[in-house]
Amino acid sequence: MSRDAMLLVDALRDPATTRGLDAQGWTELLSMARAEQLVGTLAERLKIESVPPKVAEILAEARINADYQHRSALWEADCARRALAGYGGKVVLLKGTAYVASGLKAGEGRSIGDLDILVARDDLSQVEEALLDSGWEWVKPDPYDDAYYRDHMHELPPLIHKERDRMIDVHHTILPLTARRRPDAVAMLGRSKPLPFRGGVGAGPVSVAQGLTSPTPDPSPEGEGRLHTLAPTDMVCHSAAHLFADGDLAGGLRNLWDIHCLLSEFSTPDFWPSLGERANLHQLSEPVERAVRLAHQLYGTQIPQEWAGWDRQDKWYVARLTARDGWGRPTRQFIRLIFYIRSHWLRMPLLMLARHLWVKWRKG
Amino acid sequence: MHEFRVQVGPAAFRIGSAWRAPIDQLAHLYRDYPQPDFTDFTVRLEPTTWLRRWLRPSVAIGGDYMLPDAAPLPLAQGLLAAEMAMNLQMALGWRRHLLLHASAVERDGRVLVMTGQSGSGKSTLSALLGSEGWRFLGDEFVLLDPVTGNVVPFPRLISLKNEAIAAMQSAQPDARFGPLLAGTPKGDIRHVVPPADAIAQMGQGGAPALLLFPRYGYPGAVREVAPGETFMRLTQASTNYVALGEAGFITLTRFVKSVPSRAIDYQSGDEAIALVEKLWERLA
Amino acid sequence: MANPKTLYQAEPADARIVEPLDMMTLIYQRRSGITHMVGEPVPQMLEAMGEDAVDAATLAARLAVSFDLGGQDDAVTLITERLEELAELGLVERVTDA
Repeated sequence: MSRDAMLLVDALRDPATTRGLDAQGWTELLSMARAEQLVGTLAERLKIESVPPKVAEILAEARINADYQHRSALWEADCARRALAGYGGKVVLLKGTAYVASGLKAGEGRSIGDLDILVARDDLSQVEEALLDSGWEWVKPDPYDDAYYRDHMHELPPLIHKERDRMIDVHHTILPLTARRRPDAVAMLGRSKPLPFRGGVGAGPVSVAQGLTSPTPDPSPEGEGRLHTLAPTDMVCHSAAHLFADGDLAGGLRNLWDIHCLLSEFSTPDFWPSLGERANLHQLSEPVERAVRLAHQLYGTQIPQEWAGWDRQDKWYVARLTARDGWGRPTRQFIRLIFYIRSHWLRMPLLMLARHLWVKWRKG
Repeated sequence: MHEFRVQVGPAAFRIGSAWRAPIDQLAHLYRDYPQPDFTDFTVRLEPTTWLRRWLRPSVAIGGDYMLPDAAPLPLAQGLLAAEMAMNLQMALGWRRHLLLHASAVERDGRVLVMTGQSGSGKSTLSALLGSEGWRFLGDEFVLLDPVTGNVVPFPRLISLKNEAIAAMQSAQPDARFGPLLAGTPKGDIRHVVPPADAIAQMGQGGAPALLLFPRYGYPGAVREVAPGETFMRLTQASTNYVALGEAGFITLTRFVKSVPSRAIDYQSGDEAIALVEKLWERLA
Repeated sequence: MANPKTLYQAEPADARIVEPLDMMTLIYQRRSGITHMVGEPVPQMLEAMGEDAVDAATLAARLAVSFDLGGQDDAVTLITERLEELAELGLVERVTDA
C-alpha cells in the first residue's frame, strides 16, 4: 500500500496510464478520486478510454452525480439572478458554478457545492436584503460568528435558502480582509464579463450544458440583468488565491486541476504577460506563479519558458497535494499539519487566530 | 488494515479495519456471499485518534462517502459500524437505481415492498415473511431499476432490534446470528444471515406488485393511500430521488401509477402476516 | 410587485414533464430538476400560456374560453397571484415591468 495520489494525478494527466491497472489498482484510484472530489472529473477524462465494465458502471454513476450537481448549481445561480433582478450592480459567479455556466473545461465533471458570488463591497447590505427577501436566511444566528465574518472575512456569513436548502456565499473580495495580500476586487468586478445569455426560462445556446439560457434576445447589450464571470486572467488569479488560501490545501488536487484547465484553455501569447500583470496588481504574483509551476509539474500544463522553473518549497506542496493512500486515507500527517498551521498564518494574524479559537473553545 | 470484500446484490464493498475482530465477524456472517475483485465502495473502520486503537478502542466510520458528524462507536460494536458504513455508501453514493428506504420480499416473480419510519416493523416483517414462503430481497434498501422498473435485491444482513431478536430466534432457530450488540444507539441489535435462497438468487429481481406502509403497535386496520400521498412519501423515503433527476421522476411515477398501495396497522407478527396474505391475494 | 401589467412567460412545454396523479399534478422541471406538486388551475395556466409573454388579463381571457372563471376582475386578481407564485418557483419568468 505504498501508492499515493500520484496514481490519480497520472490518470488525470494522461488517461492512458490507467490501461495497466488491475482490479486493486482501479479500486485504489477510485477511492482516491472520491476522497479528492475528483471522481466526476476522472469520469470525463476516461470517457475515451475503454475501461473494465465494473469501472464503467462507477464512472457512469459519477457522471449522473456531476450532472445533478451542475443542474442544481446553475439553477441556484439563476434563483440568485432572479432574486437580485432589482439590483443594478454586477453579480459575478465564482468557482465551479462560473466554470460550468461558461462552458469551460474546468467545469467538466467538477463537483460543486455552495454558490459563490462576488458583488461590490458598498452594495453588500442591498444584496443581503434582496436575498433575505427571496427566502434566504442566516445559517448561524450566533452574534460572535456573525461579527467575526463581517469584521474579518471576505464574505457575508453564509446564507441558506429555507426551501431549497442550498447555501450562498456572498463575497465582496476574494481573500479574507485579514490576509496579507489584498487583491483588487474593484478591478476584478470592473473587468468581469456578462455571460453570453440573459438567463431565465427556456433553452438556448448552451442547453447541452443545461446553461443559464434564454430564447429571448437580450435587450441590453451592456449585460444588464445578466450574471457575470471574471475575466480569464482574474479567474486564474482567484483560483490560485483559493488554492493556497482556503484551508490547509484541502481539495488542493481539484483546485489545481481547475487551474490546469483554465491555463490550457486561455493560453495564447498575449495571455501570459497579462496574467503576470494582473497577478501583480492583485498582490498574487507568488501564489499564481506557484500554481502555474505546480500545474505544470503535476498535470503537465503547457506553460511558457519564463514561467517554468522550480522553487525549493515546491516539493513540499507536491508532497502535501498527493498525501493520500489507496484506502482514500489522508497520509503524511506531519506535512499536513505544517500546512494547516501555515494556512492559518496566511489567513489571519496570530493574535486574532488565538482570540478566535479561544472564543470557540469557551463556547464548547 | 485488515480487509474483507463482499458482494451484496449489485453492490460490491471493500471493508478495511484497523482491528481484526470486526473483519472476522463479517467474514463469518457473509461467508456464503461472493467475494469480488472489483469493488464499488470502500469502507474504513479506523481509530478516532492513534491512542484509541488500544485504549478504550473507538471506531470512526469512514469510507468513500462520509457524514461529517457520524459519532464513533465502541470496538465491541465494530460489526454495526461496518454495516452502518456500508448503508451510508449506498445512501450517499449509489446512482444506478432509485433507492428507497424500504424492505422487500418476492413470490412468483412478483415483489411486495414495505416502507415506513424505523419502528414501523418493515424490517422484522420482511424477515418473518422470508421464513414463511416468501423470498427475502432486503430489509433496508429497495433498488428500483430505471430501465425495467423492477426491484433489484439487496439482501444484506438483517438487522434485528430489541424484541425482534427473540421473535426471530423462535421463528428461525437454525439461522446464523451475529453477536448480540447491547446498548447501541438504537438499543440491542443482533444481525442474522438471510435465508439461503435470498443469497443464492440475489441477482434475480422481480416486478413490484404491492406497496405497504406498515405501522406496528396499532389495532389492525387497512387504509387506501392515494397516489399523490404515496409519491410524496416515497420521495421522502428515497436518498437519491433528486440526484437521479429525470430518470428518478420517471421511475417513481411509473412505480406509483402501476403499484397499488395500502397502509396497514398491526399489533403482532402473525396478525401482520395474515393481513399481508389477504391483501396480496386481492391486489397483487 | 403584483402589477397587473406585468408580462409573464412560461418555459416551452418540453422543458417539463407533466404527470397527472389523482387530485394533483406533478410537474418535473428539467432545468432545475425540481418536482412540483400543483393543483388546478396551474397545469391549465401553463398550457394556456404557451411560449408567449402574456399579462394576467390576456391569460384570463384565454382560460375563459375553456373554463367558467366567474367575474373577470376577480379572475385577473387570482391569476396574478398564481403567476407571482409561479415566478417565485421559477416556472414562469417576469419578462418586463410595464
